[in-house]
Amino acid sequence: MADILFFIFAAVAVGGAVGVVIGRSPVASLLFMIACLASTAGIFVLLEAHFLAAVQIIVYAGAIMVLFLFVIMLLNLGHDYRRDIRGGLAMLVGFGVTGAMGGLLARQLTDGGRALATNLGPGDAIDAALLEYGAVGVIAQPLFTEYLVPFELTGILLLVAIVGAIVLSKKAS
Amino acid sequence: MLQVAEVADSPGGWEPFLPGIIILLPLLGFVVNGGLALSAARKSSNAVRAGHEFDFFEGTTATTHRLPTWVGPGVMLAAFMLTLVNFVGMLGAELHEPIIRSYWTWISTGDLEVAVAIQLDQLSMIMMMIITGVGFLIHVFSVGYMRDDPGYPRYFAYLNLFVFFMLVLVMAANYAIMFVGWEGVGLCSYLLIGYWFSDKEKASAGKKAFIVNRIGDLGFLLAIFLLFLVFQSLDYQEVFRQAPDVFVYGGPVVTTVALLFLVAATGKSAQIPLFVWLPDAMAGPTPVSALIHAATMVTAGVYLVARSSLLFAMSPLGSAAVAGIGVLTALFAATIALKQNDIKKVLAYSTVSQLGYMFLGVGVGAYTAGVFHLMTHAFFKALLFLGAGAVIHSVHHALHRTHKDCDAQDMRNMGGLRAHMPITWITMWLATLAISGIWPFAGFFSKDEIIWMTGAMAGAENAPYSGLYTIYWILALATAMLTAFYMTRLMVMTFHGANRTGVKEAEHLHEAPRTMWIPLAILSALSVFGGWINVTADLRASVLGGFGLLPMSEWFHHWLEPVTEAARAVQEANLGELAHSAPFGGGEVMWGLISTSAALIIVFGTVRLFGKREVTVAAEDVQPQGFSRVLYNKWYVDEFYHRWVVDPILTTSRFLWRVVDATLIDGAVNLIGNATRLAGWVGSLFQTGQVNTYAFFLTVGVLIILSVIAL
Amino acid sequence: MLVESLVLGGLIFAIGTLGVIVRRNVIIMFLCIELQLNAVNLTFVALSRYHGIEGQLFVFFVMTVAAAEAAVGLAIIISIFRHYQTVNVNHFNLLKW
Repeated sequence: MADILFFIFAAVAVGGAVGVVIGRSPVASLLFMIACLASTAGIFVLLEAHFLAAVQIIVYAGAIMVLFLFVIMLLNLGHDYRRDIRGGLAMLVGFGVTGAMGGLLARQLTDGGRALATNLGPGDAIDAALLEYGAVGVIAQPLFTEYLVPFELTGILLLVAIVGAIVLSKKAS
Repeated sequence: MLQVAEVADSPGGWEPFLPGIIILLPLLGFVVNGGLALSAARKSSNAVRAGHEFDFFEGTTATTHRLPTWVGPGVMLAAFMLTLVNFVGMLGAELHEPIIRSYWTWISTGDLEVAVAIQLDQLSMIMMMIITGVGFLIHVFSVGYMRDDPGYPRYFAYLNLFVFFMLVLVMAANYAIMFVGWEGVGLCSYLLIGYWFSDKEKASAGKKAFIVNRIGDLGFLLAIFLLFLVFQSLDYQEVFRQAPDVFVYGGPVVTTVALLFLVAATGKSAQIPLFVWLPDAMAGPTPVSALIHAATMVTAGVYLVARSSLLFAMSPLGSAAVAGIGVLTALFAATIALKQNDIKKVLAYSTVSQLGYMFLGVGVGAYTAGVFHLMTHAFFKALLFLGAGAVIHSVHHALHRTHKDCDAQDMRNMGGLRAHMPITWITMWLATLAISGIWPFAGFFSKDEIIWMTGAMAGAENAPYSGLYTIYWILALATAMLTAFYMTRLMVMTFHGANRTGVKEAEHLHEAPRTMWIPLAILSALSVFGGWINVTADLRASVLGGFGLLPMSEWFHHWLEPVTEAARAVQEANLGELAHSAPFGGGEVMWGLISTSAALIIVFGTVRLFGKREVTVAAEDVQPQGFSRVLYNKWYVDEFYHRWVVDPILTTSRFLWRVVDATLIDGAVNLIGNATRLAGWVGSLFQTGQVNTYAFFLTVGVLIILSVIAL
Repeated sequence: MLVESLVLGGLIFAIGTLGVIVRRNVIIMFLCIELQLNAVNLTFVALSRYHGIEGQLFVFFVMTVAAAEAAVGLAIIISIFRHYQTVNVNHFNLLKW
């Protein structure tokens, strides 16, 4: 069951990714992106990262993509329906290079993954914690104890980002 | 005062008196005069920068013209006095070994140890006396001659520098220091020949002298390399002490050394094939010709052979070559002098010819005779040149006054000067009689001895090339006759007959001033009596010696014996006894009488013959025809050299310049530059400014790294 | 499931790279960068089952940073648009030699 679901989600993710790249208009690319993100969230669930799946939908697909959409609409893009994709030689060469890279990656990851799977036994490193703390707690517990400092730093980062975004997008007066 | 590092024991208990100062005095003169010349030059160039027209006299002041008059001849007089003191000292000392003063070590690498050292022995002392004595007289002469020349201090600076280098040459105790002097006199010769360098021809003459000299220098260097290879030392004492044991008589090594030294000597002493620079060197001021190209520098080659007498004595082939080249050059140059019209050119070729005689002398093993002729030649040739200088000075002055444009040195423009310049006339006649080998003047004894020794060598017991030496003897006699002829021709054309300079000019012809004719007088006295110090016993007892009544002696021969005895010993051991009669019979006295009578007849005959002949003025004269034309054009030697040596070199140089240097080498360098620019241009293609391109290259990089890891 | 997830992550990463190379619209290029980040997140999560909870924690941080980065990046794009009146990256070539 899980495998079938996985492959469905995987197919949608890849399709969405491809759609982002070859989408006709910016809005179309965006919508494909959201599809990809959603299916990735599904895969997260299958990989027992429930909290992250939720965060993915809420934050990533929900907030960040909406932000992209706002900007697209703000700039009044998407009316032309002209493709702004490089054609011909650029596409071919780029395809070749990224294809090669992807292929190499895939091969390495396959070998590495298999090695990992045999070396580290069944993938149950977080099962105990999950049982003890629950889906949210399994992340929250180390986050607020062991990794408190990065957490706080991330907060500051967000603050800086907010201030920066506002400053950058102010109209020169 | 420089520390004297090494003092050889003075045998006979004589201490030389400040020998180093003798060398340093002319150097001091050079520094002072040079400084004056530089300050004058700076004033001139400052004036030009300030906008004045260029004027040679701009920078001269009373100081730059008065001081060299005293400094130049003054240091020479002081040097001569010091030399005289040492000479007198050495006279009484009965020296058998040379005295060596070593001042400091110049080169010390590996086996080579060269010290700055001077050697005082009889040979070097005689040379020093000649250099400082005749040099002093010529300096005094120059005061009058160069009075109106704007480069006055520069002239004396160079002249002093020359004397310095010449002294270094003759006083050196090893071949390396001698070479320093050798090169230095070559340099000074260039500086002085091209003294009036603004005239391109004169500057080229200087260049020619230097370049031809250089060819000889190569021979010198190779010879001393060979000597070092064999002896690990360049000191005279070391080499000459070991030579009889190390070298095989007539062996290949010593013959090579001798021949290489011969090459060097032909360059410096203007023998065949490197004599071509000497006639051109007449472009320099006449006193320079007198000093450098008559009395001193050109005798350096003869000095070299005399100094290395032991080496030449051990190589019969080398000696025969020296003698052969000498006598051939003597004859060759004499034939050219027959047809020259420039008074200085006649004297130049005469010098080449007489140098040939000296080479003949040292080549047949008569080292004393060769050096003796060197000395007497210095007297009468310097006198001839200075006299010619006085004549030229006077004629030039006259032509300048009337603004007539013709060559002041051409004898066809002279004539009848004896009425205007009596002192010069008399002194030059004395020199002419001397050079023609007429008894009792100096040249007779020296030339006669050389010819006699050549004949004696031809008849020696084990003479290696006796037939050859007989030929030399005949040629030497013939040349003596030619010498008498062309010198008399010179005298007649210049001083006798009708004056061809022009009626208006004749008013301005005058005798030379005192500073000029006093040296002439002194030199003429030496030319008359200077030969009486080396007369053999046979001659003294005969009519030629006044039957023993005239104050002649063989002092000179005995004086130089310690220097030549090593070579003499080798000669006696290998060649046996020399003959006592000339090749076709007859003793020394008989041949002496024959040669002097023949010369006298030729002189008289020429005076009568030329006195009657009409000489056309230079402007109207035509080129001679036939064989005379060949002689007039110097047997076309210069043209030959130009075609077969100079032009190929120039063509090769042009090829190397245009093809190798400009095209290949510059092209290669430019190629590197252009390649770099090309690479830069290719690199610039990557900077498109597009983010996509940059992302692409990022990906390529990742791919490469992944490949390295994964594959 | 590990290997499949990893390969999927790699694939999406490659597709994202292609998008960065090929697209001219700067907003879509940015979107493709987000794709790449997403693929990396997937890899982390897949591996966290074997290496511990730190993988998921890292994803948490990545998402936070991605959000911040998106905000600032889009603000920059807006100010660029105000100047150039286009988001066609061909026109932003001041770095051209």
